[in-house]
Amino acid sequence: MNSRRIPSDWPLAAFAFALTAFGVLMVYSAGQTDVPNFVERIWRAQLVWVGLGVAVAYAISRTSVRLVEWASLPVYVGALVLLVLLLFIGTGAGTAASTKSWLAIGGVRLGQPSELAKIAVVLMLARVLSAQRQAPTSLFALWRPALIVGVPWLLIMAQPDLGTGLVFLGVFFAMLFWSGVSWPLLVMAASPAVSLVLAFGVGAWGAWFLLLLALVAWQRPHWLEGAVLVGSNFVMGVVAPLLWERLNPYQQRRLLVFLDPSSDPRASGYQMIQSQVAIGSGGFFGKGFTVGSQKRLAFLPEQYTDFIFAVVGEELGFIGVTLALGLLCVLMLRTVRVAARASSPFASLVAFGLTAALFTHVLVNVGMTIGLMPITGIPLPFFSYGGSFMLACWMAVGLLVLISAEGRGKADGLVI
Amino acid sequence: MSFHPNEVQRRARVASALLLAGFALLLGAFFRAQVLQSARYVLASEENRLREIPLPAPRGVIYDRTGRVIAENLPGYSISLLARNEDSLRTTMRRIGELVSVSPEQVGAAVRRYHRDRSRPTVLFGDAPFELVSVLEERRFDFPGLIIQSAPKRYYPDGPAVSALVGYTGEISDAELGQTAFGEYKAGQQVGKDGIERQYESRLRGREGIRFVEVDARGRVVRENAREDLLPEAPQALYTNIDLDLQRFVHEIFGDSLIGGVVAMEPRSGAVLALHSAPTFDPNRFIGGIPLSYWRELQADERRPLYNKAIKGTYPPGSVWKLATAIVSLEEGVAQLDDHMSVPCTGGYQFGNRYFRCWDAKGHGDISMARAIELSCDVYFYQLGLKIGLQKLIAGGIRLGSRERSGVDLPAENRPLFPTDPPKAYYDRLFGPQGWTSAVTLNLSIGQGENSQTVVNMARFYTALATDGQAARPEIVPGRAERIRLFDLDPKQMAELQRALTDVVGRGTATSSRIEGITVAGKTGTAQNAQDAINDHAWFVGYAPAEDPKIVVAVMLEFGGHGTRAARIATRIMERFLKARVASMPLTEGE
Repeated sequence: MNSRRIPSDWPLAAFAFALTAFGVLMVYSAGQTDVPNFVERIWRAQLVWVGLGVAVAYAISRTSVRLVEWASLPVYVGALVLLVLLLFIGTGAGTAASTKSWLAIGGVRLGQPSELAKIAVVLMLARVLSAQRQAPTSLFALWRPALIVGVPWLLIMAQPDLGTGLVFLGVFFAMLFWSGVSWPLLVMAASPAVSLVLAFGVGAWGAWFLLLLALVAWQRPHWLEGAVLVGSNFVMGVVAPLLWERLNPYQQRRLLVFLDPSSDPRASGYQMIQSQVAIGSGGFFGKGFTVGSQKRLAFLPEQYTDFIFAVVGEELGFIGVTLALGLLCVLMLRTVRVAARASSPFASLVAFGLTAALFTHVLVNVGMTIGLMPITGIPLPFFSYGGSFMLACWMAVGLLVLISAEGRGKADGLVI
Repeated sequence: MSFHPNEVQRRARVASALLLAGFALLLGAFFRAQVLQSARYVLASEENRLREIPLPAPRGVIYDRTGRVIAENLPGYSISLLARNEDSLRTTMRRIGELVSVSPEQVGAAVRRYHRDRSRPTVLFGDAPFELVSVLEERRFDFPGLIIQSAPKRYYPDGPAVSALVGYTGEISDAELGQTAFGEYKAGQQVGKDGIERQYESRLRGREGIRFVEVDARGRVVRENAREDLLPEAPQALYTNIDLDLQRFVHEIFGDSLIGGVVAMEPRSGAVLALHSAPTFDPNRFIGGIPLSYWRELQADERRPLYNKAIKGTYPPGSVWKLATAIVSLEEGVAQLDDHMSVPCTGGYQFGNRYFRCWDAKGHGDISMARAIELSCDVYFYQLGLKIGLQKLIAGGIRLGSRERSGVDLPAENRPLFPTDPPKAYYDRLFGPQGWTSAVTLNLSIGQGENSQTVVNMARFYTALATDGQAARPEIVPGRAERIRLFDLDPKQMAELQRALTDVVGRGTATSSRIEGITVAGKTGTAQNAQDAINDHAWFVGYAPAEDPKIVVAVMLEFGGHGTRAARIATRIMERFLKARVASMPLTEGE
């Protein structure tokens, strides 16, 4: 008798299945090129990973949130151990051959632990935040969540893998928000990063800095906090550009390549242009499944991983894009609802953290293919080819189905 | 932790709104690219995908006056490569070299073509031999990016017989590519290099076609005929005034032993019937790149086969120019055709402390101007020149076109050499103020001295003598016939002058060249030259039939000895032309 988990969240699972089917079809299409290579066969491998992922998801959905909560710490510690291990025995692959993202034994690549670390961080952060009686109200009070995200984040940046690092930041702020941290505090916590981004436009940074000063004056945090905040923003906004300019161009380039291995300006510029050409030339109805010329003739780089959405755009046109984004959007709106109706703060935070992780992936990856985001090498959930990532996506689906099943409002039968 | 349901609902609404906003932003960006700006990207993707392979166009066929082919196109093949870089080009050439022999020059030429224009496929072999084509066709898949296509190849059925006239074609050079006249040309294209081919390049050049092939990101040809070909277009044929039969005949007479130039033209229309320079070369061997050995052979030949002796070479005209002296005399009223000079010819003439010889040491006695023309008496013309005076002689010569190009429609005709007016300034500049005497007048009056004429320009001068004083511009392609009056004599003078020219062949210096049934008029010339003290240039310029001239022929034999040799050739050319006309005329006119 499994009465406690009836009914299961079938709509959620159905969206995930639909997206996965869509994704596998696109991986198949990605392999259809005029000069065939190994990509022609990878859709079968992807299917195997889907099978594995679905099985793991089912298994997870049959456990309980309490078990998951209990497992959070060992999973987190295990993930950290793997990440540390990677720094010594990690290997690279594909366009990021110089990085250490892969765990390999005897030359056989087993997977990318950073994908699993994303889930581990969500779980651990949820556990810590839900254990606190009150939401943090000061910057210094954020040290514990910051540490939980910061340690794996630093380990991942050391690989280096900027994309995954970005996902961690998205998850971190999203979960703080969901736990009830006030928005002025969120803004203050994020302010040094914003300063760094704005640092190269004097006017924009100046405006931001004034805004921050006003915010500090209004919120009146502890004087030390205020000083650290203003100081760090000043360093990011004024000192960083000065230091940057004193670097030689080759040093700047090295730093950029360190932050993002695929950032060889010429190569990434080419990728960006070809991706946009593929998408734009798809037009409203697309060039037809498997027959996109940009993809067929190998003008589109990484067409089966990071740039798979450009294949959607080229071959299925604006209609296909709308369908894919629509499915993703509906799925996430539903998982937000799952988070809102979860049975416990931990479950709610896990659901919302996973949603945030998915959303960051979609926003950065899809934004990258159309030129809204820099190229950071981040995969698209359910679409991009990759075993660990497909596994991680379906583990997330399993967790979400589990949380949904245990949550409130099961009986109202509402489907978004 | 505040997880009050209301709080959570509020956060869920904010999160959902942010989510929707994010997706809306993405969708908006895709809408912009895929719907609003799609056309731009479609173009970019087509540019990625398609490479344009030029399909060479055939050049216009060149015909003679009766529709016989002077230049045509034969089917040929060219082999080109869509090269990604110089290395891949060299690799491909090396691998072709494993199959057939490829010279380092061919590799070098291909590399040069690649660097000149990388947007087009690089021509490796502009005129590929058939065995190479078949070998490469078999191994097509071993050579990605290789394009084998038909390329019409220029062919001159009469080869050496028409080379001075038609010129040849060749690959456009770097220097030409830099000129505005060749602004629309691309590296590797064929262009007229000389003769008619060059003069009428714009009319002979066809419109290139385009074949679209699909290439992948690495430049490999994935699919041919990715779109329908735009077929090349041949221009309209070019009809010329040339009489190919006569042209062949001239070539036959000259063979390989004589050196010189010939121009045959109609006296009134200016139509050039034949134009030849000997020795000649085979323009067919120039097509698709001149073999180095052949080029060296032509360059080494001291008879200069590549130098067009009909329009570029200038030679002292000698006695054929005496007619100019005579005309100036008649125009100025200095002496008439029946006037005698004070000193009879005794084989020479004493002028100051110098003795000027007549060509005939026996002397001609006391003769009239008409008789002096007939016998080509130098002593008579020395005195006539002195009577006219240097200034009037030179001014008259200039009026008669001795300083002008004939205007024939061929490239790079040379301007004749002749003194300028006033003569004092000219000779002072040439020899220094004390370096010359009026003895120059004597030389000038017999067509020697500072006078050097092209064969074509002398032909033009004699079209005026054959008619009524109007010279016709020599014209190979009909279109803008033009006659200019060189001199104006009264009909009696003109008739007497023409009779004198007729007598040259009838009983004068060129009697040995008489032909059965046709009266020929003309003038021999035996011109001393600076290059060779013993062998003079032999000239004959004349026309026939004398009573109704149909053809003017100018013949110059370089170091050919006496003018009578040139006269024999000229009259045979006239005979061939006139008798062929008689033979081809219908027996009964009208019906």
